[in-house]
Amino acid sequence: MRKRWLKIPAAWVTPLGVIGAVIAVVWVGIAFTARLWVPFDPLGQDLPRLQAPGIDTLMGTDALGRDIFSRLMTGASVTIPLALMLVLMSLVVGTLIGAIAGYFGKWVDELLMRLTDLVMAFPTVILAMVVAAALGPSLFNAVIAAFVVSWPQYARMTRSIVLGLRTQNYVMAGRLMGFSPFKTLRVDVAPNVVGPILVLASLDVGTAILLLSGLSFLGLGAQPPTPEWGSMISAAIQNFDSWWIGLFPGLAILTVVMAFNFVGDSLRDIFDPTSQVSRAGARS
Amino acid sequence: MGNTPRATRGYSTRSPLVGYLLRRLGTSVLLLFGVTVVTFALANLVPGDPIAAALGEGAASNPATVEAYIQERGLDQPLPVQYANYIGGLFQGDMGISLRTAQPVASDLAKAVPATVEIALLAIVVSLGVGVALGSLAAYRRGKISDQLVRVFSLIGLSIPTFWMALVSFNFFFLQLRIAPGAGRLSPVLPPPPTVTGFYTVDSLLAGQWVTFTDALAHLMLPVFVLSLFTIGLLTRFVRTSVLEVLDADYVRAGRAKGLSGSRLLFGYVLRGASLPILTIVGLAFGTLLSGTVLVEAVFAWPGLGSYAYNSATSLDLPGVMGVGLVVGVVYLSINFAVDLLYGVLDPRVRLA
Amino acid sequence: MIDDSTTAGTDTASTPGVPVLTVDALTIGIGSRNNVKSIVKGISLSLTPGRIQGLAGESGSGKTVTSLAMLGLLPSNAVVGGSIRLGDTELVGMSHRQLNDIRGRRIAMIFQDPSSSLHPQLMVGTQLTDHVKRHLKLSTKQARAHAIELLERVRVPNPDEALSRYPHQFSGGQRQRIAIAIALACDPVVLLADEPTTALDVTVQAGILHLLRDLADERQLAVLLVTHDLGVMSAIADDIAVMRHGEVVESAPRQAIFSTPQHAYTRELLSSLPGAEGFQEATQ
Repeated sequence: MRKRWLKIPAAWVTPLGVIGAVIAVVWVGIAFTARLWVPFDPLGQDLPRLQAPGIDTLMGTDALGRDIFSRLMTGASVTIPLALMLVLMSLVVGTLIGAIAGYFGKWVDELLMRLTDLVMAFPTVILAMVVAAALGPSLFNAVIAAFVVSWPQYARMTRSIVLGLRTQNYVMAGRLMGFSPFKTLRVDVAPNVVGPILVLASLDVGTAILLLSGLSFLGLGAQPPTPEWGSMISAAIQNFDSWWIGLFPGLAILTVVMAFNFVGDSLRDIFDPTSQVSRAGARS
Repeated sequence: MGNTPRATRGYSTRSPLVGYLLRRLGTSVLLLFGVTVVTFALANLVPGDPIAAALGEGAASNPATVEAYIQERGLDQPLPVQYANYIGGLFQGDMGISLRTAQPVASDLAKAVPATVEIALLAIVVSLGVGVALGSLAAYRRGKISDQLVRVFSLIGLSIPTFWMALVSFNFFFLQLRIAPGAGRLSPVLPPPPTVTGFYTVDSLLAGQWVTFTDALAHLMLPVFVLSLFTIGLLTRFVRTSVLEVLDADYVRAGRAKGLSGSRLLFGYVLRGASLPILTIVGLAFGTLLSGTVLVEAVFAWPGLGSYAYNSATSLDLPGVMGVGLVVGVVYLSINFAVDLLYGVLDPRVRLA
Repeated sequence: MIDDSTTAGTDTASTPGVPVLTVDALTIGIGSRNNVKSIVKGISLSLTPGRIQGLAGESGSGKTVTSLAMLGLLPSNAVVGGSIRLGDTELVGMSHRQLNDIRGRRIAMIFQDPSSSLHPQLMVGTQLTDHVKRHLKLSTKQARAHAIELLERVRVPNPDEALSRYPHQFSGGQRQRIAIAIALACDPVVLLADEPTTALDVTVQAGILHLLRDLADERQLAVLLVTHDLGVMSAIADDIAVMRHGEVVESAPRQAIFSTPQHAYTRELLSSLPGAEGFQEATQ
């Protein structure tokens, strides 16, 4: 009966999403092609050391005489694909576990949800750090550690959606018609989960990049001489006066994460899952 | 808003809140046990050799020394027995001896925890103030330029790598401008104030040491600033959403229809209505703050929980890691518990049956 | 400005038969500059002290928007044309600052659902006194005494105790009585009632309607009763205007509307009413 007067005009949502999408696409493009066109070998130590940014070396060189611009661009091919892979892994596993918990309920639900409680009782970085340290410092182990802490949010969200759907008439009808649990999940449940999960995942890419580069910054992820942004920043601690060593990799992380956050945030406006649910509930 | 009292049946003689809190306390204790199991299992996954790490190369090559060490720490017993011993110790306040510092973990943590909580509390207060102000502004001006700017600003806040911001701001404000103090909690010339709470700012005030207080506060500025950026982004966005929802509520329209406006409407009606969801997110934000401290403390050489966790994890110090896991779990759960209690304070529907 | 309007208001209110609020050729559109959706298309009404003017129509006919316009409570993207005059004061185009001295003071409103129009986290006493203190400059003690009187008048039991209780501790009917007390607290000349009984149990509806009728008579209130329910109309309205698609299609005294409806739409509305017995039940 009451209209939503204040619906956001699409005109001001999109620019942010478009800007984000463009930046993200550019970075993904760099990630796949950087090795072909960077001016110097990202691992080569044959330039003057600690050279300030200039014509030859756009972003200067580090303490070992490596070109920071070349390392930065190649670094995109380290962090971005791993972050995307991490999000995909968490999404698949988390959604599946959440769907199972929500669909079967009872002790299955109880068990799985206490498991997510357990993981979520730790601040992400601290748990990931302990896992990474226990497995031994390497980029691969950092991804595993990040995975351990990031799947529960997908499980939680999927479960709550599935729980809400389970009592809906059309889902009941499907079950009465003899759909198997997996058919029900696929046909009746999956379409409702896609939107919210997509929003969560697009916002999670940024978080994944921050977490992975953070672990590398602590020395628990990428190992030298891999040109990873987080470990490049940690190298700057030893050379405080050479501000360019740390500044540019940080800006790289900032822009990528921002791009994905812009996209995710605009997607959320489109799907707007939480607020619409609560509005509909409050008005009916 | 649809917040129904989260009452549990079976506690009919008490207020529903008490029953709910008791149940939460029970699950919290169970969860803490889970935390110890997880950390114990994780720490024992360690492929490296913690004994060599603790004794040093020289001592570790002497079988007698190693044997004595293993005997002393009970490391020759099966893992379940070791775990049971650890839990038994916990009940007596004994968290074991750190392999790295050779000090009782409990006393190490007693020094580290206040250092971190001091930053985190200050950061949450700053974030809440800025977040509520910006979020309310954006909601009131929905769709206008200022809303758009706040949105971009908060998204950037969520995108900044904390450790990088720590480094850049340390470099800029300390090394270049020389207006911020250096690393650590106090300038090296000053002795720490006598320990009462472990918070240097509070303790120095209690002892009347004004110079120490200003110095400690100055040292807090940069870490708190850096840590707050993320939580400000988080809270701003959430406050905006919650306030928008409340602005649409009938009781706010009714408040306007009564001729209320300005601060009376904002604080008395709108923010009060939005206080429950905001409270929930503040609890969550506290967790992200604890995460952030690990990275920020590394840059500012802050002797807190984050540094301790990092050092314990990288030197494979099992008792240290377990102590951190436990303390962090306790902090996390007490925050949740405090949030639940505040729910009761803020919402009469929860408090009164 | 408060003094001026107060004097003007008292003059008008004390003259029975002379309208205190006149709506003339009111138009309301919602939307952005090039895309305005017309909701109210030039309606005229007048409210007279001691009389209840009904405004009937289906949801979406523009009746609620009309009542909100009288308080200047439309969303910021609403475009209002025509005139709404309170005594000699023109309300259309008035600033919010000026309107705030009229809202709650000269024109008050009660809403459809008292469980959402009362703030769930504020004590009844606070909600009954905050605008009284603002408008009438009463002390806390005076405002409290005033509030107790009001609660007694609307027949809320134990008024003294009720002040320090919260809305959820009252029944739906009592909540609406409290909402009426709040609306009457500053002794307004006009009362807007938007579907005041729709959200209530059938058993308490009649009580609320009779209360409104009595209050209109004893305080010489000019009441606008907005409802889709002709049964409610027949119980207490003196005059009825029927709205459809933003226009008033028929306006006449109650008797005339029910005995000799002129417009086809009015007849259609009447035919959808339950039988005579149903009526009686609903209104007694």
